[in-house]
Amino acid sequence: MSHSIRAEGLVKRFGATTALAGVDLAVPPGTVFGLLGPNGAGKTTAVRVLATLLRADAGHATVAGYDVVHQAHQVRQAIGLTGQYASVDETLTGTENLLLIGRLLGLPKPEAKDRARQLLADFHLDDAAGRAAKTYSGGMRRRLDLAASLVGRPQVLFLDEPTTGLDPRSRNELWDIVRQLVRDGVTVLLTTQYLEEADQLADEIAVIDHGRVIAMGTPEELKAKTGGQSLVVRPAAPDHLPLVATIVRELTGATPETEQSNVTVPVNDPAVVPTVVRRLDEAGVRVIELALRSSSLDEVFLSLTGHRAEQEPVDDDSDVPADRVARTERTRS
Amino acid sequence: MTATTAPAAAPSRVVSPGVGLQHTLTLAWRSLVQIKHNPMELLDLSIQPIMFVLLFTYVFGGAISGSPGEYLTFMLPGIIVQNALFATMTTGFGLNNDLTKGVFDRLRSLPIARWSPLAGRILADTVKQAWSVFLLLAVGMILGFRVDNGVLGLIGAFALVLVFSLAASWISVLVGVVASEPEKVQIFGFTLIFPLTFTSNIFVPTATMPGWLQAWVKVNPVTILADALRGLLTGGPIAWPVAQSLLWGAAIAAVFAPLAVAALKRRV
Repeated sequence: MSHSIRAEGLVKRFGATTALAGVDLAVPPGTVFGLLGPNGAGKTTAVRVLATLLRADAGHATVAGYDVVHQAHQVRQAIGLTGQYASVDETLTGTENLLLIGRLLGLPKPEAKDRARQLLADFHLDDAAGRAAKTYSGGMRRRLDLAASLVGRPQVLFLDEPTTGLDPRSRNELWDIVRQLVRDGVTVLLTTQYLEEADQLADEIAVIDHGRVIAMGTPEELKAKTGGQSLVVRPAAPDHLPLVATIVRELTGATPETEQSNVTVPVNDPAVVPTVVRRLDEAGVRVIELALRSSSLDEVFLSLTGHRAEQEPVDDDSDVPADRVARTERTRS
Repeated sequence: MTATTAPAAAPSRVVSPGVGLQHTLTLAWRSLVQIKHNPMELLDLSIQPIMFVLLFTYVFGGAISGSPGEYLTFMLPGIIVQNALFATMTTGFGLNNDLTKGVFDRLRSLPIARWSPLAGRILADTVKQAWSVFLLLAVGMILGFRVDNGVLGLIGAFALVLVFSLAASWISVLVGVVASEPEKVQIFGFTLIFPLTFTSNIFVPTATMPGWLQAWVKVNPVTILADALRGLLTGGPIAWPVAQSLLWGAAIAAVFAPLAVAALKRRV
């Protein structure tokens, strides 16, 4: 089976920093591949190498069947790039931005205009078509950015953290667009620090940390890898949180997380639950909630890397759901 | 939804120079159409030169040359040089903006000639440059500036300013690539070009300055270029100052173009 994106042993160093320490990827056509990892994990470097913007120090890669170094020009005809490092011209209007790309791609002027109009309509930007992009909201700008990368009808689309800093509604809109593109046969490589995003969109996920792929599989496979379940305990009195943590640590042998009014711990054997209940009772801890649930990708990430996914500080002009903000703290010092 | 996969046409292998030129023109269009949305830039390109001509002519003219009219004849070619050098900074400023905002990466991910983003920007800035020179000459003529060497002199002066600024814009490109943010390009340009243009004979005759300063003023390329323009526009020696100006331009380009291109390759 031929792959839309294939990378073997990609290495990239910046001075003393190793951004990519031997990355292998294989993405079948028409699928979404999620590259998941914290800031500085090497996600953007990987995208830049695959999108011909950066040359790897070692290893090689093909995109749409062409070598990213020796056939870069052919690769560029097959790809679209959107993300934190590929942006629209803020001083131009939405229409002008798309017209610029269309003309650069060799479309005759009337066709470039049609294409711009069509994409602006598809992405609900027709009302803002004549306004400079700098007046757009965060979500509108991302949509324009994405539209700009679709002018050439790419076979392979790179989305580098497409929803970082977006409010939930804009994020959902962008997700819908990506799903539609995949239905139309586009192959998508998506980088994200949001585990939920990878879970929602990706057929396959590579978890990347310090320039290395540390786990690969479908979202379900990755969740299964960590033993699958976690125990959440919420004591009635917040004063009891440390005591609860001590008890579950003792019984499960794993390190619990204390978050707000919950203690969460990964469990491999559900049989431990009755013991936990008994011990908590003996210790006089009144419990409001005690639940066993499947691991989220968040926990998968934690157990794979030993630290939680970090977040970038987000744009001031965007709303960030509270649950995301809550994840910003690092648990590893 | 319209984003269907392209039909499997064989992609081209190289960009021909003609297509590269089209890319350059399209990208130059992009830089020029920006002015439409940012009228401040047009003001910058227009009001500032006019203001300088008016201020210098009427405030300093009497004191330096005895009358505003005579001073205008002496100073206008010089102010064209100063304005041209300041204007070269827009190249570095715009380039830095593209680099820091990610526009440059977007362009590099497209199947276009590798040199076209830079060439398009320089072409657009040359157009802006020509507009400023035209405006300065027009205002000067309204105030009484006379071109003695006719149309050929005018064309020669235009061509010389544009060629020299093209060479000097490589300095600007280098600054634009090295600077971490656009504001730093402006600060650098200001602190370099202000003393460079004032320690010349563009506003004041060299003979009035102290000896140590005269030594520098006489070799300052700004002086040489101003003298060449005076020769072309209002009479005086032409061949030697024009030749020297072109040599300076060639030397600046020979040093800074490779440095700028190397810095750009390192940055992206």
